[in-house]
Amino acid sequence: MNAAMAAELRRAPHLRTPVSVPVLMRRVLYALVPALLAYTWFFGFGLVFNIAAAVAAALATEAACLRLQRRPIAIALSDYSAVVTGVLLAFALPPLTPWWITALGSTFAIGVAKHAYGGVGNNVFNPAMAGYVALLVSFPDQLTNWLPPRMGDIDYEGIGLLANLRFMLSGGLPDGYTLDALTRATPLDLMQTELGDMRMVAEIRNSSLFGDFGGRGWEWIGNFVALGGFWLLFRGVIRWHIPVGMLGGLVLSASLFYLYDSANFPSPGFHLFSGGALLCAFFIATDPVSAATTDRGRLIYGAGIGVLTYLIRTWGSFPDGVAFAVLLMNMTVPLIDRYTQPVAYGTREPRS
Amino acid sequence: MTDLALVIVGTVLVNNLVLVKFLGLCPLLGASQRLETAAGMSLATAFVLTLAAAASYLLDTFLLQPFELGYLRIISFILVIAGAVQFTELLVRRLSPLLHQVLGIYLPLITTNCAVLGIALLNARQTDSLLTAMASGLGAGLGFGLVMILFAGLRERLETATVPATLKGPAIALLTAGIMSMAFLGFSGLTRA
Repeated sequence: MNAAMAAELRRAPHLRTPVSVPVLMRRVLYALVPALLAYTWFFGFGLVFNIAAAVAAALATEAACLRLQRRPIAIALSDYSAVVTGVLLAFALPPLTPWWITALGSTFAIGVAKHAYGGVGNNVFNPAMAGYVALLVSFPDQLTNWLPPRMGDIDYEGIGLLANLRFMLSGGLPDGYTLDALTRATPLDLMQTELGDMRMVAEIRNSSLFGDFGGRGWEWIGNFVALGGFWLLFRGVIRWHIPVGMLGGLVLSASLFYLYDSANFPSPGFHLFSGGALLCAFFIATDPVSAATTDRGRLIYGAGIGVLTYLIRTWGSFPDGVAFAVLLMNMTVPLIDRYTQPVAYGTREPRS
Repeated sequence: MTDLALVIVGTVLVNNLVLVKFLGLCPLLGASQRLETAAGMSLATAFVLTLAAAASYLLDTFLLQPFELGYLRIISFILVIAGAVQFTELLVRRLSPLLHQVLGIYLPLITTNCAVLGIALLNARQTDSLLTAMASGLGAGLGFGLVMILFAGLRERLETATVPATLKGPAIALLTAGIMSMAFLGFSGLTRA
């Protein structure tokens, strides 16, 4: 070894770029932009208003919690983690959610699920999903205000930007509109109710709400979510273990039952492109704080979310199980981490 | 057989003793500081639950109901449970003196665990066979164990979290139990069939 080589020796973390929390969080936000555009195209401006309400409440709660603890506010607010929580919560809520429900969920997410545990880096549960589940069990009715996708041939009475805003602020609709006429069941919801009425999958899929795999419009949003997800993978913000584990668990369990009885169990493609499966796999389950930390652990954690999602979607009483599955697997993280620690180098018996 | 499996799934996940029925919260907080203790406690409680569920079912069906002594149910069940706990304590002391020492006062306190009495009383109202009674006892015990072990894992992790001083200890533990309970609502409807 010559002298020049010896000078190049460096100690372990060989970081090439100073990637900090704010940079990571900003990349997550950039990756959500395609999904946001697709979402707005199909469902109108509801999501934009949701994001505004959720992010404002998240930042306000974050500031209030830090203030109470006499911790520096400006640094924590500029790390974008509260913004990401707010945006992810907003993505989970239907376009016609009254603003105070969105704000309440965001406040719960930041105040209880994050700051009660000590703030960023300490939360046991995924804050966005804790906030969403709290809303889902408290206001089940308001969280079903989904609109049909704007597809041309689906009979669609669009709700304009201002009307949407007015509904979120005051709950009032323009003359001649009713909530029942505007809103539509999501494909997952429809599938679950109709299967409950003993109808066949093929029959249910005749409804104009269904496309090639999942719901029409929804599957396009799914594509754009996946696009953002692949970019995150490519940039190294997330690693492949959790998305592969989660989608693998979901598709595998869906395939098993689909092959067993395709008349009563919808195809794996339907599960993949419906509800929050893709968003969860790339953006929610990959939250570095509340997920498992070892590679093997991440695969198990992801697969657990996938299987539980399928279980809750198929036999539970809630149409989508993603949020519950994430919280349930969050509970198992300390145990997964404990039992999947890689063996330290040198402690294994040498192979002869 | 499917019925029994459904009863077990139902009591473990859907009607979880701790997170849905809110029974047995004292051992949940008292014996969950360490994973090993929690596992031992769960095992002991599951054993007592199954035993007590069977014994109280027999007592109820063959003694209390034929002689219309329903008003003695609570007191006689407590007696049966106390007996089952004594038996379990002897067993634990014999099989694992270490666990006996670790569990300490919590072992005899299973007698006053509302979960055990709760399951016995629920069975008296709902169950129609010894096997279902035992299955629901076992399921309740497994559900209790599941939550205990998950909770113990979370508490070990909370030790290292920078929880604000006001919320340290039981407060954050109860908050965590609350969020867990919310997550378990996701299982509702699973055993509708």
